[in-house]
Amino acid sequence: MSAVAKTLDVKGLNCPLPIVKTAQAIKELAAGDLLEILATDPGAVPDFNAWTKSTGNELVEQSEEAGVYRFVVKKKG
Amino acid sequence: MATSEAEVETKVAPHEHDHAPHKKLVIIAWSGDLDKVWPQMIMATAGAAMGMETTLFFTFWGLFALVKDEKRITGENWMQRMVSMMDRPGIDHLALGKMNFAGAGPAMMKHLAKDHNIASPSEMLQMAVDLGVKLVPCQMSMDMLGLKREDLIDGLGEPAGAATMLMEAQDAITLFI
Repeated sequence: MSAVAKTLDVKGLNCPLPIVKTAQAIKELAAGDLLEILATDPGAVPDFNAWTKSTGNELVEQSEEAGVYRFVVKKKG
Repeated sequence: MATSEAEVETKVAPHEHDHAPHKKLVIIAWSGDLDKVWPQMIMATAGAAMGMETTLFFTFWGLFALVKDEKRITGENWMQRMVSMMDRPGIDHLALGKMNFAGAGPAMMKHLAKDHNIASPSEMLQMAVDLGVKLVPCQMSMDMLGLKREDLIDGLGEPAGAATMLMEAQDAITLFI
């Protein structure tokens, strides 16, 4: 597993901000870079799946711990 | 009559990838009610974040959300001025479609939104601009309401008409809000 290039903290933010902030953050990364996102909005779980499906970026990891959802997205190459 | 190869191609192309998502979103922003402007902005910013080419076409009351907040009265004649007096323009001054209670409803909604970290319509409008959402005011509505280009916020596209909107909408998902 390669290292995360950037972590985006969107804890506390609500729809559609987690994906909007992610879309903005991923622009600054290079193809293949990993972006880690930390969120607390339960709606972010289906939304990140939809977002990656639509944008072609890859959702490589998804987990939940103590109400914090963690996503790792690989920027499409 | 035989169908030419080119025609077959255009007919087949959209079905090539059955699950290919639409890459264009056109939202006709008709309402100027706070509880409808909010979803206009949510869908527009989400659409842009999804990588969709997104256009917001503002018509009728929707245009009032684009009026600069510091503008109190707009219009060139008494009727147009009366409309803006009765229905204050500006995205920070919108009324709710229901439960407005002379502004108490919107104040309460904004308070609830803040508590839940939901961005306000004005923050989302700025986000939409930053994300490259095309904001197109309807020329006809501008004329009818007496709104001039300088009454409206910066960052808008050229005012246009129904044909422009329909042209954009031909290969897009369209929402009327």
